[in-house]
Amino acid sequence: MQASLIPYILVARRLGIALITLIIVSFAVFFATDLLPGDVAEILMGQAATPEAVAGLREAMGLNQPAFLRFLGWLGGLFTGDLGTSYVNQMPVADLIGGRLANSLKLAGVTTAVSVPLALFLGITAAMWRGSAYDRMVTALTITVISVPEFMVATLAVLIFAVWLKWLPALSFGAEVGTFWALLKAYTMPVITLTFVVSAQMIRMTRAALIETIDTPYVEMARLKGAGRIRQVLRHALPNALGPIANAMALSLSYLVGGVIIVETIFNYPGVAKLMVDAVATRDLPLIQSCAMIFCVSYLTLITLADLVAILSNPRLRR
Amino acid sequence: MPDASQPLVTVRDLHIGAVTDSGRQVEIIKGVSFDIRPGEFVALIGESGSGKTTIALSLMGYCRPGCSIAGGTVTLDGRDVTAMSEADRAELRGTEVSYVPQSAAAAFNPSKRIMDQVVEITGIHRLMPRAEAEAKAVSLFRALALPQPETIGRRYPHQVSGGQLQRLAAAMALIGGPKLVIFDEPTTALDVTTQIEVLRAFKAVVQKGGVSGVYVSHDLAVVAQIADRIIVLKGGEIQEENTTPKILTEARHPYTRALLAAVDPVPHQPRSIAGLQPRPPILEAIDLHAGYGTFQNGEPAVKVLKNINFRLERGRNLGVIGESGSGKSTLARAVSGILPPYRGAVLLDGHELDGDLKERRKEDLRRMQIVFQLADTALNPAQTVGSILARPLKFYHGLRGAARDARVDALLDMVHLPAALKYRLPRELSGGQKQRVNLARALAAEPELILCDEITSALDTVVAAAILKLLEELQSELNLSYMFISHDLSTVEAICDDVLVMYKGEVVEELPAARMSAEAAHPYSKLLISSVPQIDPGWLDSLDQDPELLAAFSRR
Amino acid sequence: MPKPMFLSPARHGFRFNWAGRIGLAIVLLWGAVALVGPLITPYPVGEIVDWDYFGPMSQKFLLGTDYLGRDMLSRILMGARYTVGISLAAVTIACSVGVVLGMIAAVVGGIFDMGLSRLLDAINGIPGLLFGLVVVAAVGSSLTVLILTLATIYMPGAYRFARSLAVNVNTMDFVTVARARGERTPYLIAREIFPNILGPVLADLGVRFVFIVLVLSGLSFLGLGVQPPNADWGALVRENIGALSFGAPAVVFPSLAIASLTISMNLFIDNLPTRIRDRSA
Repeated sequence: MQASLIPYILVARRLGIALITLIIVSFAVFFATDLLPGDVAEILMGQAATPEAVAGLREAMGLNQPAFLRFLGWLGGLFTGDLGTSYVNQMPVADLIGGRLANSLKLAGVTTAVSVPLALFLGITAAMWRGSAYDRMVTALTITVISVPEFMVATLAVLIFAVWLKWLPALSFGAEVGTFWALLKAYTMPVITLTFVVSAQMIRMTRAALIETIDTPYVEMARLKGAGRIRQVLRHALPNALGPIANAMALSLSYLVGGVIIVETIFNYPGVAKLMVDAVATRDLPLIQSCAMIFCVSYLTLITLADLVAILSNPRLRR
Repeated sequence: MPDASQPLVTVRDLHIGAVTDSGRQVEIIKGVSFDIRPGEFVALIGESGSGKTTIALSLMGYCRPGCSIAGGTVTLDGRDVTAMSEADRAELRGTEVSYVPQSAAAAFNPSKRIMDQVVEITGIHRLMPRAEAEAKAVSLFRALALPQPETIGRRYPHQVSGGQLQRLAAAMALIGGPKLVIFDEPTTALDVTTQIEVLRAFKAVVQKGGVSGVYVSHDLAVVAQIADRIIVLKGGEIQEENTTPKILTEARHPYTRALLAAVDPVPHQPRSIAGLQPRPPILEAIDLHAGYGTFQNGEPAVKVLKNINFRLERGRNLGVIGESGSGKSTLARAVSGILPPYRGAVLLDGHELDGDLKERRKEDLRRMQIVFQLADTALNPAQTVGSILARPLKFYHGLRGAARDARVDALLDMVHLPAALKYRLPRELSGGQKQRVNLARALAAEPELILCDEITSALDTVVAAAILKLLEELQSELNLSYMFISHDLSTVEAICDDVLVMYKGEVVEELPAARMSAEAAHPYSKLLISSVPQIDPGWLDSLDQDPELLAAFSRR
Repeated sequence: MPKPMFLSPARHGFRFNWAGRIGLAIVLLWGAVALVGPLITPYPVGEIVDWDYFGPMSQKFLLGTDYLGRDMLSRILMGARYTVGISLAAVTIACSVGVVLGMIAAVVGGIFDMGLSRLLDAINGIPGLLFGLVVVAAVGSSLTVLILTLATIYMPGAYRFARSLAVNVNTMDFVTVARARGERTPYLIAREIFPNILGPVLADLGVRFVFIVLVLSGLSFLGLGVQPPNADWGALVRENIGALSFGAPAVVFPSLAIASLTISMNLFIDNLPTRIRDRSA
């Protein structure tokens, strides 16, 4: 086997695994919502429905087809952009999701833009001065944030910024976001909360990745060549830790998926997650399935990205 | 020659402390004093834990994490490095004193090109412009006999061989024009044929440059080739210090004498085979092939062993020697069925065994036991010595209760360990003790044949010698045969009757152990045998090896 | 010097720092509260004992009252039973199934290992909270559903962790020696591998416990976890979220309870007792 081909083979294999995973995931999402107890037709018709009426609805909805065929139909629909029709308000799911998805992506994008540089800075500096008071403070802070549920970070943020300091509105997004200030205010609370949750993971993993490379013989060798601490870390350790750090970034960003569900609910933010939580309350299955797939795909993309970075950053694979 | 009356390095009453996990202070260097004169090469020799590397690093004002200089002075060129600030010490490192590590493969940064790392010292200390530094590096590469000196610096560390990296590390140490170079076991990880070249290259550049050197090693024969003076260390204290010829001829300290004795073992006396009735050989391999990877057309992707044939007669010992990658450990795995051979046959006492150990009869498994190199990983860390030894007794012999306990005691006694050791966990034992337990577990099966895979390689010389003595003793008591795999020729010589020389997965020659150098006919065997360092200080300089042969067989 | 590769329980020679001790103590305290909950509540859990809702901390109601005027201390003490109990049950199922499957996969290898690993990786590819949401949407919320759902979410992680440890141990010479002796898979798993991965597996159990507490609290906070009239700590926060704007104890203390449990567990895991490697002592 030619050595130069190895990275491509590894990447192709990882992408193949991601694809298989995606199919299994969609299978799981479909059957978890569709096959488990609770007949959709009965639920829709209510308690008073006659058996004939339920049977008619089942027929109309295609629920009498074998489950596997319905799964294939649904999967085909996903690929062609036909996400089905909401049970509750009879609108196409794609229309319901459209604008909401843009809102969620905006939230995720802003959070990423804030948390990545912040986490890199704190993680690298904490590793550089390992064991110092600064490092211990960063570590204690991150472990605390990681240990508490997202809704606590959110409520604490509300308590501090809205209730005590009165800088920001507490639980409103419905207000107009015409001006820059209004926009800033609307985004600030959700972004602060998500940034805390995501950065804490990133800082911890960045610090750990860098410390692992600082403890290698080649960094000791750099020191024995007379290199100072900053040179040891930035010139010798960091380049070798870039892969693991990028991996940590992508992996931490997957925490956004869980965080966003809580944050959108708390702050009444009109995103996909809020839509999905509402859909769960009304048992609107097509909507739940589509939202779930959106989250699974973004989550899967991020963890696949993390793995790809890890594969490609191996210096031995470099030409 | 610089002024030889004034020492370059003066170490006085050096104490180095370490903090254990329990927070207890222990002293690992206990008051060491010595001098190094300009241009002099001093060897620090001792077993693992003797403190030789710790002392060498302290000459750079450096201690590994957890250690610290507790007292005494280290004066380098008139300045006390123990009293300096870390910034001042950094000034010294690379310019006044530099370091060649044991494993260059680990000490080179995998993501930077070699040239960038070799000239880095000149950049850190602003010694010369980059172009000048690169020119100097290339001239050093040339002096160190590196291939393609003009372009080798453009490669990444993983693209050059271990022997080359070791010489590149020397270039890295010499680029800043230091007065003192510390060589920390720089050839220990190399094969013997590679070691020769590296040693020669080191000697050449160091003699030409007139720098002083400290050479840390556990190998007296290697040190004898390069050092003017030898300091023998044990337990953080100097045992003996003298010029190289005097240490080698009139060593006073018992420890030094034990080291010397271990290097030059008494050759093995073949045992007279009792009873002359013809019996089949205890072990025979016919046309053995083995390899790893996915199979295609009945052959694996990576073929390691090719066409191996040998016979091991009852009561005799067969040595297998070869360098790393020669397939000698794979041979043990193929014979024992851990890696089933894809072609050929293994015969135990005349009858053919199944290739896969899963298909072998329990009785056949019992008769042939295998003992591995690293006792650390060969003993289950979660089981006591007693239960490690008890398992084969129950498994093969169905022993239980008091009978089994008595047998465990007897086994421990057989390998000269106290019975109380059975309550201990492996990590509480020393390296030598672990290897004895490892051996006792094989004996518990009451085997007729033991495959020993590098079982003394990880041990200190003196401890290894004791294990070899034990093996001989057990052989005469229990009528055992050994297949003894090693990269160390003198070990094989000490225990074996016959020797297979392996190269690239094939047996190139079979020789009687006692007359290896005399009877070797194959060029590789000759090269391998002549590359083993001898105690004689003039050995390296007078060694006459065909460079083309060396180039053909050593992987540099 | 050998690396602390194996953290098997030994009889002596451990060092345990104060941070770890405090963490363990608080975790054990909550465990005890979960066990004896109903015996130590000052008031019956469901009973409205005060006319005032969101009452402040007082002599009578140490942690104030909730949105209906029920005693918060009693509700938190009972909530421990749900939060700790459900999480412990889920983590036990997740880890025991995951670890056993992981060890078998590592020792047996081949198709079994590949198939199982792929399948479980796929389940791992679903974010936990989302999985919970979907299942609860489909089958409704009950204690059994919650426990099984949480266990399903975290089983693949436990499997992956145990498998990677077991694969490492499986390559060690002592396992090869046992194999060469003729030992079969059950012996290899039970005697050679399991004791050597036990330490890290227990630490992983602790980490996973924290994750499960967080997801359970999140589900309850969304109203999809423990259903009224019962309440775990997440549900207590949800019930009393109305008190957030004036920072009443009814919303602060359940949050603190969750934080104290999870932070203590992480503190304990980060400061596990380490073996003293002090051979010369």
